[in-house]
Amino acid sequence: MKAESILPGQAEGAVIRLDGPLSFWGGVDPFTGALTDPRSPHHGVKIGGAVLMVPETRGSSSSSAVMLELLSAGLAPAAIVMGRLDAILGLGILVAREMGWPTIPLLVLPAAVQAGFSDGERVAIAADGTIERI
Amino acid sequence: MSLELSPDDLAMLAGRDGPAAAMALRIVADTARMLGADRLIDIASSHIDGCLYHGDSGTLFAERLRSDGGRVRVPTTLNVGALDLVHPGRERLGPEQAGMARRLMAAYAGLGCRESWTCAPYQAGHRPALGQDVAWGESNAVVFCNSVLGARTNRYGDFLDICAAITGRAPRAGLHLPENRQATVLIDASGLNPALVAEDAFYPVLGAWLGATVGDAVAAIDGLPRPLAEDRLKALGAAAASTGAVGLFHVVGVTPEAPDRATVFGGVAPRETIRLEAPMLEAARRRLSTGLVPADGRIDAVAIGSPHLSEAEVDALVTGLAGRRIAIPFYACTGRHVLDRIAGDGRRAALDAAGVTLIADTCIVVTPILSAASGLLMTNSGKFAHYTPSTTGWDVLYGSLTDCIESAVTGRVARDEAIWR
Repeated sequence: MKAESILPGQAEGAVIRLDGPLSFWGGVDPFTGALTDPRSPHHGVKIGGAVLMVPETRGSSSSSAVMLELLSAGLAPAAIVMGRLDAILGLGILVAREMGWPTIPLLVLPAAVQAGFSDGERVAIAADGTIERI
Repeated sequence: MSLELSPDDLAMLAGRDGPAAAMALRIVADTARMLGADRLIDIASSHIDGCLYHGDSGTLFAERLRSDGGRVRVPTTLNVGALDLVHPGRERLGPEQAGMARRLMAAYAGLGCRESWTCAPYQAGHRPALGQDVAWGESNAVVFCNSVLGARTNRYGDFLDICAAITGRAPRAGLHLPENRQATVLIDASGLNPALVAEDAFYPVLGAWLGATVGDAVAAIDGLPRPLAEDRLKALGAAAASTGAVGLFHVVGVTPEAPDRATVFGGVAPRETIRLEAPMLEAARRRLSTGLVPADGRIDAVAIGSPHLSEAEVDALVTGLAGRRIAIPFYACTGRHVLDRIAGDGRRAALDAAGVTLIADTCIVVTPILSAASGLLMTNSGKFAHYTPSTTGWDVLYGSLTDCIESAVTGRVARDEAIWR
């Protein structure tokens, strides 16, 4: 399966696929990487090292700052797959690159296609955006 | 589409204006590439969301810009920080985090930004003109700037805001382009009960419904009263930008780019028309509350002021309190621009006498202020209602300003449900 590669890179990890929209600020604890919305079924799940699939990103413009903090602290997902492009998350990754901290791939894959993946499946992401189950 | 940079952009990239400007332009240009922009445009002003502490990384970035000689080249205001610098000690941050938060705020001030420390810069004198391109962060400020002022900004994330301010440039994409500002979804509110639409408490609920329903689409709402108070538009937009990714909405006959339906849709039929009905709003209102009212009706705190209270909203609070004292903590979040205006004319004294805790420069969902790790909070803000559970661990009840005041005076939940029927 091929996703659109927004910020290319290679990654591998277990899928965490959210059913609803996510705002990184207010939705992810920048100090632990845990999902914090008590209204979400993934409440308390840590996203560090996972391939995070999000149908839609919403909400705060501070989401880039949360992304940067996760990257600098080693708590970021291995990759993020968004249903639609949201430059706010990408911005956190660009700034991490400028600061010499680790970066991760950012991809776009429509939510309907994401729905074919399940939590816990291991996938590998290639620089061209290919996502393969492993 | 590839990005074409101007000679001035290229000179900045090459270091003409120093390493901070070069880094800032690299970030603006790479963001432009992500967005598929063909070139950069000049911006007239910026509003910075990046001054709020989320961990040391943001402080280190801002200090890098500062030590590398960064300086904003357009008028720039600052959003809230994690500290109330007017009332030290309000926030319950540990000394290390407070120290880093203070360094972050100092770094942004040192870059030449105005120390406005408010999420309502548009009520603190920062009001770009209709059609002007700007680069604003903070989701509620963005949606107000686009929708109510008719200036043009995308939903810029933290860091792009300061990079745009330092370079004076932003990607030519998204809501900077007139064709992307036309509405595609029509919300017909004409069938709602006029008594409900006359209530302030209706507008955050409408916003919460709008964001959850349209996501990032541009909607035009028709059938609301004309004119519509600015604070109602502010509350609507803030809620819509919390539950959704709304960067721009129009209200037909009210907001500047929507004189009539034909104009706001660019002469094209709406892609979708939604006729608003009371049950839809009732569902949205229910989603704004997570807490159950305990058997004894006890409530632990009230918070208002997201976005920061305007002078008119402070007046409404003073009037509603009517000289009574509150029985539980009541946090009213606002900016220095309002504190300055209410300082000497009895309004500040009235709030102090009632026992209201005024918060400036920050608010209860962006930094730890609430006095316990959990509890039940009432608010009239759609944005507070949306974010309080995840950022504070508290449960929340949504109510009108009157509900908030009456509940605070008695310490027991007092909600007038009749307005929603």
